[in-house]
Amino acid sequence: MTEETASTSTATGAPGGRAVSTPLLGGESEPTLFELSHPGRQAWSFRTTGIPEVSVEDLVPAIHRRTAPVDVAEVSERDLVAHFTRLSHRQFSVDLGAYPLGSCTMKYNPKVCDTVAGLPGLAGVHPAAPASMTQGWLALLVELEETLCEVTGMAAATLQPAAGAAGELTGLLLMRAWHEAQGRVRHKVIIPDSAHGTNPASVTLGGYEVVTVPSDSRGCVDMAALRAELDDDVAGIMLTNPNTLGLFEEDIAEIAAAVHEVGGLLYYDGANLNAILGVVRPGDMGFDIVHMNLHKTFATPHGGGGPGAGPVAVSERLVPFLPGPRPVRTGGDAPGAEFAWATPERSIGRVHTWHGNALVLARALAYILVNGGDGLKRIAQVAVLNANWIRRRLHDAYDVPFDRPCMHEVVLSARSLKAAHGVRALDIAKRLLEEGFHSPTVYFPLIVDEALMIEPTETESPQTLEALAVALETIAAEAGELGSEAMAAHPLVTPVRRVDEARAARTLIPTFDARN
Amino acid sequence: MLGFLGLSSLDELFAVVPEAVKLQHDLELAGGVGEPDVLVHMEAYGERNRARSDRLVCFAGGGAYDHEIPSVTRALAGRSEFVTSYTPYQPEVAQGVLQAVFEFQTMVARIAGLPVSNASLYDGGSAAVEAVNLGVAATGRQTVWVSEGIHPHWRQMLSTFAVGTGHRIVTVPLVDGVTAWPEGPRGDDEAPGVVLVGYPNYLGCLEDLSAVRALCDRTGALMVVGADPLAAGLLRSAGDWGADVMVGEGQAFGTSLGFGGPYLGLFACSSAYVRRLPGRLVGETVDVEDRVAYVTTLRAREQDIRREKATSNVCTNQTLMAVTAAVQLGWLGTSGLVEVATRCARATRYARDAVLTVDGVTPWADAPVLREFAVRLPRPADQVIERMADAGFLAGISLEGAVDGGEDGLLVAVTERRTAEQIDAYAAALAKAVA
Repeated sequence: MTEETASTSTATGAPGGRAVSTPLLGGESEPTLFELSHPGRQAWSFRTTGIPEVSVEDLVPAIHRRTAPVDVAEVSERDLVAHFTRLSHRQFSVDLGAYPLGSCTMKYNPKVCDTVAGLPGLAGVHPAAPASMTQGWLALLVELEETLCEVTGMAAATLQPAAGAAGELTGLLLMRAWHEAQGRVRHKVIIPDSAHGTNPASVTLGGYEVVTVPSDSRGCVDMAALRAELDDDVAGIMLTNPNTLGLFEEDIAEIAAAVHEVGGLLYYDGANLNAILGVVRPGDMGFDIVHMNLHKTFATPHGGGGPGAGPVAVSERLVPFLPGPRPVRTGGDAPGAEFAWATPERSIGRVHTWHGNALVLARALAYILVNGGDGLKRIAQVAVLNANWIRRRLHDAYDVPFDRPCMHEVVLSARSLKAAHGVRALDIAKRLLEEGFHSPTVYFPLIVDEALMIEPTETESPQTLEALAVALETIAAEAGELGSEAMAAHPLVTPVRRVDEARAARTLIPTFDARN
Repeated sequence: MLGFLGLSSLDELFAVVPEAVKLQHDLELAGGVGEPDVLVHMEAYGERNRARSDRLVCFAGGGAYDHEIPSVTRALAGRSEFVTSYTPYQPEVAQGVLQAVFEFQTMVARIAGLPVSNASLYDGGSAAVEAVNLGVAATGRQTVWVSEGIHPHWRQMLSTFAVGTGHRIVTVPLVDGVTAWPEGPRGDDEAPGVVLVGYPNYLGCLEDLSAVRALCDRTGALMVVGADPLAAGLLRSAGDWGADVMVGEGQAFGTSLGFGGPYLGLFACSSAYVRRLPGRLVGETVDVEDRVAYVTTLRAREQDIRREKATSNVCTNQTLMAVTAAVQLGWLGTSGLVEVATRCARATRYARDAVLTVDGVTPWADAPVLREFAVRLPRPADQVIERMADAGFLAGISLEGAVDGGEDGLLVAVTERRTAEQIDAYAAALAKAVA
């Protein structure tokens, strides 16, 4: 047998696992755990309990009893470890390299926060244990709430929402409850055309109708269009500031005054809070409701798509409506009774099964402590500096639809490259993967053609930014030299090449069992 | 870098921010400190938590369980490629997460006995909310019948979100531990679009779900089962009972108690509803070289494309917990899932027998239980839980507010981690605590 066939034969999904690793060499698929399964193998072990054996027939009445075990997979611990380790080698991450995915704030996640999330005194606490036995957790949550209120300039916050979208819906229900308490029913919520898709979806789930206002030539809310929509049927407006173009809404005070004048509330989508930490606060801009994405601004890891945490802070007049129960100081100092759970008088109710993504909240507090108040401001400064540097550095190679000082992210466009050479933003994004960078966000915001939205974050060094800029410049030059067909062939060296998304949707295979 | 931008100070970067709204002082927060000080600060919080599972032996459940988390799960789920990546927008460099989620979806679908599972939702309660939204959209009926045996916090969430959607949530009471379903709607009342039942229910009781299937057949409602996925190691699957949707809390598969989060919302359904599925879905396809590849699919359902027409706003979910569950289920394997459920059931039987020998402690209901049970105490449960803590136990969860007359009720969960010795000591301590 030649060496080549030997290598091929070990590589073809032999059942029962195989401790060889070719992902590092590139190209080869990893079999599923189900294909690695081999009858009789097991990894589990449980403690010796001294509890008498009772048969399953005695434990479970016949009508409830499963007739055959759930077919999971049968693998040894060694094969299990090899499988998931190989999968991890097929995955890009912040820890591997720069991840300038606009709007997602993919900054470095300090490892100390991982340690915090694993502390037995935090991770080992049951959520239904009485307040008297969980004073540490309540104190931690209160400290985080107070800190987030200081950062946003708000009066109080709920930590329950599990992610940004959950925070949005919570905020809209707060808006609704507040209007109802004023004895009025309103139907419309205004959002700019540059908003994240979660905004309109949340508005609908909150029972409101979406009214979209256009952006003006500066990339900001068109004031005249906004004024035309404002009437006494408007419950409020949802704004991201800086907006999704990375631009600060300079008319914010005027917008706030106009919305408040018709009795509406201002909702702040905190997706871009990283840009303004310690510089300007949503509360001071006139916002009434603010959600934060702790997995963005406060560096809790994104986990391949979650968990996040989306606390919602509010101004004084909305505090009585916050979700409950919420942790509060009792004013007493008896051990075990300094903190308690309290449900606000006119609470909208519970929005999470327990108390929010608690370990994510603990990570965020640790991150804030590491940085301190001065460090938070530095974060915003460097994030904005980096984005402006990228904007300036790349404005010859790419279109910059709104070429003026940006905040923490910049939206470039491949419009000219597409017109001249047929090369799209998607092609640029895919080609960049081969340079060892994650792609920017593409085709968002929707109001920019061929958008490439770059958020370098504050944690990338000038050297990394230079390398990213060189890569993007090189790709733009290549686009002109090689043309659309060659560019569309990339990436060539990633674990898989371009995937057939249409086929995935047409012939749906959502599980291993649906393969045939 | 400032020079390149023609600026002389970092403050100038914020020239576009109007002075009138700019913060005129420093944030009133302490200065930054190093890792050792942060750990001291956070460990001090941990010290103030008396109810940590390494100090009080945990007999509390209610959807959050003290299960074994082996080193292998911690090691693999803690790999930073899984931890520090995000939603797989670029599948070429995200096959690791995508394939792990595909395997997770397969495992959840098999547990549910249904063909499709999504990539996760926030927690059990949010999965229940999404299932109700799906059922209402699919049937066009806004009435939702919810068993009182559904976790009380899930029911509170359903009420919270119903304010926005306009759903009418009707709670159907428990009688002797199982739901007393009516024959159908009364008089001119709208028939339910969704019927939601727990399996086992919040009190740990096993309900005959064929009655629920029959009710749904009579009324045309979607049958949604809130199932304990670990108990499913021994129990008939939701799909086998005829459920249209299974939702559940997946914390039991490798996620720590963590004071209630981050947890893992499970959602599986029949093929008929796949285009209404909330959250993300991973599908298998091929790349340009015809190699197997995975990608998020049926994206046209999602909020970033459908915007205000989307029926769910979910974007960020709990992927890391889904990957964790896939690893933990891989560790358990086919035999281990049966084994862990059996061990929980045996320990529960042993504990229930021991607890019911205590004077004044009586069963809450006679319905069969599997891994959790409720008892009536001769004094308020809150008081007993405090006394039991002095003996070294987190005794369970008070049923106050969860079911009618719950002040004297205690919900006790017994996992595979509890030993006979611990259970004997628990029963002895309980005898003193209720005396």
